[in-house]
Amino acid sequence: MFEAALIGAPNCGKTTLFNALTGSSQKVGNYSGVTVERKTGTATTPAGHRLALIDLPGTHSLRARSLDEEVTRDVVLGRQPDEPRPDLLIAVADATNLRGALRLVSELKTVGLPVLLVLNMIDIARHRGIEIDIAGLSTALGLPVVAANSVRPGGTDALWAQLDALLAAGLPAPTASSWTQPGAADLRAALARADALIAAHVRLPEKPATLTTRIDSVLLHPIVGPVALLLLLFVMFQAVFAGAAPLMQLIADGFDALAGGIAAILPPGLIRSFLIDGAINGVGSVLVFLPQILILFLFILLLEDFGYMARAAFLMDRIMGSAGLHGRAFIPLLSSFACAIPGIMAARVIDNRRDRITTILIAPLMTCSARIPVYTLIISAFIPDRRTAFGIGLQGLVMFGLYLAGIIGAFATALASRLLFRRGEVQAPLMLDLPDYKLPRLRGIAIGLWQRARMFLRRAGTTIFLAMVVIWVLASFPLPPEGATGPAIDYSFAARLGHLIEPVMAPIGFTWEICVALIPGMAAREVAVAGLGTVYAVAGGGELTGQIATALSQHWSLATALAFLAWYVFAPQCISTLAVIRRETGSARMMWIAVTYLFALAYGAAFVTYHAAVLLGAG
Amino acid sequence: MTIEPHLPNPVGLALGASRKGFRGRLTRLCPSTPDHAQDWDELERRLIELGFVEGARIEVLHEGPIGRDPIAVRVEGATVALRRRIAMAIWAEQVSNERHNR
Repeated sequence: MFEAALIGAPNCGKTTLFNALTGSSQKVGNYSGVTVERKTGTATTPAGHRLALIDLPGTHSLRARSLDEEVTRDVVLGRQPDEPRPDLLIAVADATNLRGALRLVSELKTVGLPVLLVLNMIDIARHRGIEIDIAGLSTALGLPVVAANSVRPGGTDALWAQLDALLAAGLPAPTASSWTQPGAADLRAALARADALIAAHVRLPEKPATLTTRIDSVLLHPIVGPVALLLLLFVMFQAVFAGAAPLMQLIADGFDALAGGIAAILPPGLIRSFLIDGAINGVGSVLVFLPQILILFLFILLLEDFGYMARAAFLMDRIMGSAGLHGRAFIPLLSSFACAIPGIMAARVIDNRRDRITTILIAPLMTCSARIPVYTLIISAFIPDRRTAFGIGLQGLVMFGLYLAGIIGAFATALASRLLFRRGEVQAPLMLDLPDYKLPRLRGIAIGLWQRARMFLRRAGTTIFLAMVVIWVLASFPLPPEGATGPAIDYSFAARLGHLIEPVMAPIGFTWEICVALIPGMAAREVAVAGLGTVYAVAGGGELTGQIATALSQHWSLATALAFLAWYVFAPQCISTLAVIRRETGSARMMWIAVTYLFALAYGAAFVTYHAAVLLGAG
Repeated sequence: MTIEPHLPNPVGLALGASRKGFRGRLTRLCPSTPDHAQDWDELERRLIELGFVEGARIEVLHEGPIGRDPIAVRVEGATVALRRRIAMAIWAEQVSNERHNR
């Protein structure tokens, strides 16, 4: 099977083209040894040739500066371990802006592989009045050039025909690469060649594209721009909380019905307790958050596709810069509101290593969606549902405060590290492409959402389920002795463990039950909800998920509840995040630094919150 | 950082000191602050990769909300965001509107 690699700048529509070519045959994994996303797929050409396609990470140049770009370079040069060198490079260019792509092509021509140039988004270019002499460009470049439109049916016909023609003629065998790091003079010459090609073969319209500039004059306006960004974030979080509610209710009802059904069939006993308290309530109380996670990812994917993420980085650059961060850190940090794992991985767009590490270390402070279950539970149990001034709900206000606490914590940490460890260092420059706005492609969004949903479901089915089983065993065994009077859990391993760490946690108002729930909560934050449910449901004799909040409000003081929330803003209770930090920084030391500083912050915040609340009479 | 708006310089104006609406032709890339000089070879190559070469038409399209920083610059067909202190390394001569579009 032939292998073709798609290579091109970010935002050139490479992934949309990849989706159009491979359809549903995609596989997402990682390159061996690094966490760079490896997207592959297969396709059959009209003439019946089987083709393996790989979507290389976006790059402007083979002169790689980030981890993603290094992978692209190494695959192309055949240096990537466990990755065969592709047989053909499909260079993808944004037809509305050929300059950078033509410069990249002049680098690709030296690597010893056949190159096919695709002028993608040709429809947009034509609509703008850009005319490209494709045959002339092909002759001048000495390689096949085709136009494509990856969103219309038939838009990739020319590309398929060209692939068949190339395969029928037989691809030339790869030769040794003569690529070397280009110097400033080489780059100038390559850009001059690109400009000459454009002058000879591309007719640009009299007036340059104005729609993007017009939208930007609003969205990047010094006053309107930041207001629009805030408004957008507000709408996003409203949609996450209000919009997901009916779906969440549906899922919760489904699991309750399932538990009810099992309770009706099985007699009371260990098996029924395991199925209902351990498996169904445990996994159900986590799965219920799938709608919220999907809505959040939907927004992030839409904004990315639309081209707004780079604008957000532009607007936030000075604010990020004041904490010693790069404007680009905004994107990973915003993604971290969905989940710190993709957020930390997105930090690869930051090419300065120390900026990247700072961003990675503070990403877990962004309130990820796994905290939502914990926050929602505690808030609904302890914060009265009433309106404050201007009709703003008190519960929503507390939620907003928790998000804000995380953000402030992150910025303070970044600033502190800049002042303490990075004094005198020159800040890395912000240089960012502001791509033209594009209408998001529903198909690409759907594929992205599906991939994320699958990731979450797999986690719920494996890690979270296992953690639930472990906590159920811990909370159920050993069985209480004959004639015992107290609740069964008081005799379990969980109780012993809880009592063991309770002295450490007592100063921040945590009971041993909380300590028990925190242990499996290390696997994933949201497991703590199910953990609390199991601990209290087992103690109270088998209640359903809906009653956890009621149980908590009976057992905890308000001060404890607030301290628990404060703890959750900072605590690194997610082994997967820690594992990703270790992998992405390539250093176990960085991971331990993260663990230590986050636990210290969590303990400190909970301590202050608890004692302040007790002083105010909420003990 | 203080920015002199119109440094007397034979190669024109530093882009970093230009306001929104500035249109010009790039005359030269050269370090104008100590941090430019620190790793000039890399900075110069990155600027070229973004399309900043001698002769390129540039226009300042937008300014950031705080301290008018960063700036969004149209360079030939692309739009690039830069911090002003980096843009101080890009020198340009102002051109009138008719000449710019030619």
